[in-house]
Amino acid sequence: MISADTSAVGPGEQPPVGGEQPPVGGEQPPSGGDQLPPGGQQPPPGGETGQEGGGQPPASVGWTRYLRRLGEANVVVVTVLAVFTALVFGAILILVTSTTVLHAWGRIGSAPGEAFAVSWHTVANAYSAMFEGSIFSPSAVGHAIETGHGWTAAFSPISETLVSATPLMLAGMGVAIGFSTGVFNIGAQGQLIGGALAALFVGFSVHTTIWLHLPLVIIAGAVGGALVGFVPGILKARTGAHEVIVTIMLNYIMLYLLVYLLTTAPFQQRGQTNAISRIMPNSARLPHLAGSGLRVNAGLIVAIVVLFGASWFLRRSTLGFSFRVIGMNPAAGKTAGMDVKRVTVLVLMLSGALAGLAGMTSLSGTDFFMATGYGGGIGFNAITVALLGRNRPLGVFLGSLLFAAMITGGRSMQAVTGIDLDLTAVIQAVIVFMVATPALVREIYHLKDSGRALTQVVSQGWG
Amino acid sequence: MNLELVDITKRFGALVANDAVNLEVREGEIHALLGENGAGKTTLMNVLFGLLHPDSGEIRIDGKAMRFANPGQAVRSGIGMVHQHFMLVGVFTVAENVMLGFEPTILRIGLLDRHKAADDIRRLSAEFGLEVDPDAVVEDLPVGVQQRVEILKALARDAKLLILDEPTSVLTPQEIESLFRTMHALADAGRSILFITHKLKEVLAVADRITVMRLGSVVGSTTPQETDESKLASMMVGRSVELVVEKTPARPGPVVLDIRGLTVEDDRGLTMVDHVDLDVRAGEIVALAGVQGNGQTEFAEAVAGLRAVASGTVTLEGQDVTSASPRDRIRDGLADVPEDRQKDGLVLPLSVADNLVLDIYDVPPHAHRGARDLGEVRSNARQRIEDFDIRTSSVNEGVGALSGGNQQKVILARELSRPVKVLLASQPTRGLDVGSIEYVHRRIVEARDNGVAVLIISAELDEVMALGDRIAVMYRGRIMRIVEPSVGREEIGLLMAGVVDTPPQQSSSAALAGGPVRQ
Repeated sequence: MISADTSAVGPGEQPPVGGEQPPVGGEQPPSGGDQLPPGGQQPPPGGETGQEGGGQPPASVGWTRYLRRLGEANVVVVTVLAVFTALVFGAILILVTSTTVLHAWGRIGSAPGEAFAVSWHTVANAYSAMFEGSIFSPSAVGHAIETGHGWTAAFSPISETLVSATPLMLAGMGVAIGFSTGVFNIGAQGQLIGGALAALFVGFSVHTTIWLHLPLVIIAGAVGGALVGFVPGILKARTGAHEVIVTIMLNYIMLYLLVYLLTTAPFQQRGQTNAISRIMPNSARLPHLAGSGLRVNAGLIVAIVVLFGASWFLRRSTLGFSFRVIGMNPAAGKTAGMDVKRVTVLVLMLSGALAGLAGMTSLSGTDFFMATGYGGGIGFNAITVALLGRNRPLGVFLGSLLFAAMITGGRSMQAVTGIDLDLTAVIQAVIVFMVATPALVREIYHLKDSGRALTQVVSQGWG
Repeated sequence: MNLELVDITKRFGALVANDAVNLEVREGEIHALLGENGAGKTTLMNVLFGLLHPDSGEIRIDGKAMRFANPGQAVRSGIGMVHQHFMLVGVFTVAENVMLGFEPTILRIGLLDRHKAADDIRRLSAEFGLEVDPDAVVEDLPVGVQQRVEILKALARDAKLLILDEPTSVLTPQEIESLFRTMHALADAGRSILFITHKLKEVLAVADRITVMRLGSVVGSTTPQETDESKLASMMVGRSVELVVEKTPARPGPVVLDIRGLTVEDDRGLTMVDHVDLDVRAGEIVALAGVQGNGQTEFAEAVAGLRAVASGTVTLEGQDVTSASPRDRIRDGLADVPEDRQKDGLVLPLSVADNLVLDIYDVPPHAHRGARDLGEVRSNARQRIEDFDIRTSSVNEGVGALSGGNQQKVILARELSRPVKVLLASQPTRGLDVGSIEYVHRRIVEARDNGVAVLIISAELDEVMALGDRIAVMYRGRIMRIVEPSVGREEIGLLMAGVVDTPPQQSSSAALAGGPVRQ
């Protein structure tokens, strides 16, 4: 006979079979709905089961809960620790490449205190120069307060940081929209040039009042970028050509198209033999926000408006919803009646439009003319900023500020201490490296895995 | 080899996946481990194979306690596992796949000894009747043969105990028969087999002993001689199973979905659906039966507008929609429950609320002029969750965290929440537990009674028999015949195997091939 425990088989006291009691879908490890994060064995983040917090008693007040969450490898913690680690790494690089420091260590036998003092001073000087060059200098601010003059100089570092951050925000958000839709737009650089070229053309060929001219220039920037983005979009939708290859190649095409145009009328500056473009008239320039002494300009407003718009777009618009669905699962999007090809084209156009706006703000806000190699590394830094900001508008905003601060601060550090500007590139690279490998950060700092925070980023918006 | 699992307990947080499980597999025995999805079978096997470590309990081989820190140690102790999803390298040959991980080399200098590998395979093939060409490239082989390669891999590593995890789920009836012959040959040669499944008929057909698990515990052990299907089913679910769906006779109305001469090719350009004529009337359920891989997937995709049609027409309420987009068909009242719910039906990282409006996200009241109304989306979700008894902690929960049954309910709730004229449901209860199956069936019948034309595509004969008012049997892309369910499962089983006329002498083997084995 069946050697079953009949009381468990008989009718009457069965647990319900219909749905849940131990989870039914997917056998192992059982991920019980709200009990566990999917596939994980860790206690749920932020839950109140009393198992978390490294053996701490159950959290009864918000404070311990706050500490406990800090102990988890959530997005913010990982990013902050990545930045911190990169700065430590940068400090080590400064130390081992500084002859003064090395000499001091060479004399460690005779003057042991000196080696440490010199090491500390070298790193502190470098990083404080970086800070003063990018945020503010206490002495300059003190001077301004005392004398009532020199406010421009006091605000100059932060102004420069904001100026550098503006195109990064726009192009970074463009790349981020692509990423969150599963489209890898590596062509922000080319789209930026396209946007700047279109803005330049409208800038010098249209003559009208600033109230009409500036909006036209802004629109031209977006349209120019969108057109460059349209090419990989339509190629991917129609032929399946991979956007990574196409956008990378288009970067070169745009780079050399610019070189060509800069030597031909109507783009070349009159009376020039160099490859330098004509200059944007005053009516096509973005107005200053804080007086003519500071370069910070209305491009920042454009960028912030665009970031808010992107946040709304991704979270609340129907088109943005279809972007996200197709980014996460194109097959389900297609089954639900979404037009995957159309969305692919639209994503790349929108992504390009934002990169184009980035080119426009640089041109109309600070540069006013174009030369070969226009845009520098903005298009590529935009990719890192999108990664650092985890494709969220707020993240892109903060990431842009951080990167911009390092660039402007790095210049000041080079001027003050002679440490090469390339050090900031190394620090940036280390940040990106760490952000891209949260497991590494978890390992270094012995954090708990918080899978939820790291996986849901894509589906969340601003804040 | 004599294997004993003694009081194995494995917890995941608060959940007990295995609760003091005892299991004994004797030498030369085919032991079936039966249980619903989520009963803890796979967890137990992963413990045995060294992928998971038990919280308490002991694994004994021939009376000696063992501890497996990793699968490598389990393999060295003579345990072989054939996973449900094969672990093969598609572009390698059979021989290369079999030797992968312990490659025989010439003179120990890193030169692969392919001849030895091929010879080993030929020897094992001959010994156990596992016909495989060692030089064939794996991705060119049919699924059943790929499974043989997996078994050969385990045998080549000298496995004394073979764990087969849901081995029949991907096989045709003929391949299942061949697998069963192999299993018997292995058992006769003194190898033990642990056969994991949730299909009752297969257990009764092949096992020497049966252990049933439910909710992480062993409910009992028995033998095929002592038990039958309904006893096993009640052990599995804790009550007797009503496989018959309660429904009144259909009252068919006018033809709503009319398919004429439909021919569809797959991605390789092979004709998978061959001049199919089928009509579905309002208020009836037409069940399309057939062994998987006979063109049903392509047929469903063509009806849903996801695959281009080579020739023929699809008409929805008199309107030709043959070349209409999926979106237009949805707007015209086609509801599609896709075959692979996680791939095609849901966006797993998105919330339950968002998934509940996946194909109506851009129409009022869920959106107005391009802006989504998230409040409306959430209140819609709350309503659907209540109506369809979806077990979720909140409307914002990621749908990926739900159980399979609840995921399917999300899809059904979504598809039936708008005015629907045709419900197309492919394998609507695949992988679901019995309770969820009953629920889904009830909802489908309810839709029919509300005047929806329902087309069910299913490989489960029981489901086809229970749901269909008319049953169309598909074989190699053609509809063999359209019959009433009253003709009986034997007849339908034969049609599924491609037998149109039914000579009595063939019926028993063909019925086994086409019918009862596919529970």
